[in-house]
Amino acid sequence: MSSADTEQTAPDETEAAEEEAAPRDEAREALLAELTGLLGDAVVDSHIAPGRELWLRIDTAQWARAAEVLRQAGFTYFCFLSGIDWKPSPFGKSEGGSVAAPGAGEESGDTGAAADAEPEHGYTGGATRFQVFARLHSIKRGIGVILKADVPDDTLAVPSWTPVFAGANWHERETWEMFGIDFPGHPDLRNIYLPTEFEGHPLRKDFPLLSREVKPWPGIVDVEPMPEEEAGDAAAAEGAAEEGDTP
Amino acid sequence: MTAITDRQQLAYIAGQAAEARVNVELETEGMLLNIGPQHPATHGTLRIVVQLDGEQVIAADPVCGYMHRGYEKLVEVRKYPQINTLVNRIDWLGHFANEVPFVLAAEQLMEIEAPERAQWIRTILFELSRIANIALFLGDMGVQLGALTPVFFAFRDREHVLNLMEAASGGRFHPNFNRIGGLKDDLPKGWIDETRQAMERIRRFCDELETLLMGNEIFEARTRGIGVIPPEIAQSYGLSGPNLRASGVDWDLRRDVPTPLAWQHVDWKVWTHPDGDSFARYWVRLQETREATRIVDQLLDGLPSGPIMAKVPRIIKVPEGEAWVSTENPLGEMGYYIVSKGDTGPFRVKIRSASFNNISILPWLLKGVYVPDIITILGSLYFILGDIDR
Repeated sequence: MSSADTEQTAPDETEAAEEEAAPRDEAREALLAELTGLLGDAVVDSHIAPGRELWLRIDTAQWARAAEVLRQAGFTYFCFLSGIDWKPSPFGKSEGGSVAAPGAGEESGDTGAAADAEPEHGYTGGATRFQVFARLHSIKRGIGVILKADVPDDTLAVPSWTPVFAGANWHERETWEMFGIDFPGHPDLRNIYLPTEFEGHPLRKDFPLLSREVKPWPGIVDVEPMPEEEAGDAAAAEGAAEEGDTP
Repeated sequence: MTAITDRQQLAYIAGQAAEARVNVELETEGMLLNIGPQHPATHGTLRIVVQLDGEQVIAADPVCGYMHRGYEKLVEVRKYPQINTLVNRIDWLGHFANEVPFVLAAEQLMEIEAPERAQWIRTILFELSRIANIALFLGDMGVQLGALTPVFFAFRDREHVLNLMEAASGGRFHPNFNRIGGLKDDLPKGWIDETRQAMERIRRFCDELETLLMGNEIFEARTRGIGVIPPEIAQSYGLSGPNLRASGVDWDLRRDVPTPLAWQHVDWKVWTHPDGDSFARYWVRLQETREATRIVDQLLDGLPSGPIMAKVPRIIKVPEGEAWVSTENPLGEMGYYIVSKGDTGPFRVKIRSASFNNISILPWLLKGVYVPDIITILGSLYFILGDIDR
C-alpha cells in the first residue's frame, strides 16, 4: 500500500514509483504533503486509500499538539475518538467458527495459545497493543483525516485532547472505561456508561463476552455444512469466498 | 452573529455570578435537582443532575448508560449479515438509515457496489426513515411546551410512512432490509403510488405544524434566543446534522461527501438558520422534512430498472483493511469505522452515533439557563437514547 515516511518531502513521487497502476488521490496526497510539512516529525507513518480516506500515525508525545495544529489548519469539526486493542481475542468468535468451538475458549490450553499471539496492526502500523484513533473533518475543505497514536504499554497514557476539542471529553471517558487508556490532562475522567464499581475494561480483547461463554450461540446451526460442502467442510468454508456463487 | 455571542456571554456571566453568589457570599450549596432517568422529557432514560441556584442552573451533568447495550463488543462475535439486525436498533426511529453506512463500509472493503436500482431504493427508504424520525420530533417539541395537538398529528401521519416501510421490508421499526451488495427484495406492487400519496400527506402535516406553532406567541417566547450554540462551539463538540445547520454551518454529508447513494441525481436544498437557538433547530428540521418529501418524489420519478442485488459470495468474508463511512442520518452524522482481518466478522467496529456528540454539549449549554428551558433545550437538540448509549 502507499505509505510515506516523514523524511520524504514529496510523497507523490515515491508513491507513483511504487505502484503505477494504483488509482491516485491527488487531493489527499496534497493534504498529506501539507500536513507533513505542518506537523514535521510528529507524523510517524501515513496511508492513503484513494478516494476514501487519509490515515496519519502521530507520535504519542505530540498527540495533543497535532490536534491543535490540525484545528488551526481548518480541521475544526471533531468527529470521534476511540481506541483499539490489536491483540487477537483468546476467545475467538465464540461461535464455533474458524477459531474455536463453542465453549472452547474456556479451556486453558486454547486460551493460553492465543493469549501469546502478537498484535497485528492495521493501516499505518504500530508498535503497541493499544492504539487510539480519532477523526477530524474540515467543513471548509470538505475533507477529513483519521489520526492514530500508539499507547505505550507501560503507562497506557495518551495526552488529552480536551483543551483543543471540548467534544473529546466524553469520547475520552468512554475510551478510558472501555480500554483502560489514561488521558493525562482530562478534567473529569470517570465512567460514562458503566456503573462506578464496574471492574475490567469491556472492549479489551481479553475481556470475555460472558453471555457467549455460558451459553452457546443459538445461531450455531448456521455453520452446519451445506449439502454441497459435505466432502470437506473446512476446505469448503475456506474456498467459499472465492466461489462467488449467489444465493 | 454578534447577537448570538452577546446572548451567550450574558448567559455565561449569569452562570458565573450564580456560582459566586452561592459559594462565596451566602455559603449555601445550591440545590441538586435530579431529572430522570424516568422522566417524560428525557425521551427514554437520560438522567441529568443539575445544580440550581433558585431557578438558574449552575452546573449540569448528564448521566448516560442506563441503556448501554455494548454494541461495539457484541458485533465482534457476529458475522457481517448478523450485525445488520443489531445496528438498526441504535436509533430506533431512523431504523433504516442506521444500516446504510454499515453496509456501505463493508461494500467499500469488499470492493463491490450495489446496482443502481438498489442504491436509489436505499436512498428513498433512507429519506422515509428521516421523515418518520423527524416527524416525531416536530410533534414532540410541542409537548415540551405544553401543546398537545402537534404530537397527535405527528403520530397520525408518521403511521403512513411506517406502513410504507412495512410494505417494502416487512418491518415497521426494524426493516433489516439492506444486504451487503444490495437489498433483500424489490419494491412491492403499487408501492410507488402509495408513497407519492404519503409524501403529499407529510407535506400537509408540515404545513399544519407550521400554522400551529410558528408565530405562536408561547412557542416563539420559549424557543427564540434559548439555548444558543455558536458555530465554533458546535464544531468542537462535534455537533452534526440539523443541530449544526441551525447554527449556520452549511454542511450536509448527503451533498458534501461522495456517496454511491442517489442524492446527487436530484435537485434539493440544504437548509440552514443563522440563529443557533432552539427555534432555529426546530425550523431547520421542519424544512428538512419538506425537502425529504421532495427528494423522495424526484427519486420515484427517475427510479431506474435493473437488478437489486450485486453478485456476492454466499459466505461473506470482508478483506483485510479499515474503512470509515458516515452518512447524514436524521439525527446527524452516523458512521462506522470497520477494522477487518479478512474474517466473516469484523475485528473491531467503532460506532460513531450522532446523539452522543449532540448531547455532550449539554454541560456547556445548560450553564446559566432556567429550569423550564432545560426541557425545551433537550427537546430541541433531539436525541434518541439508543443513539447515545449504543
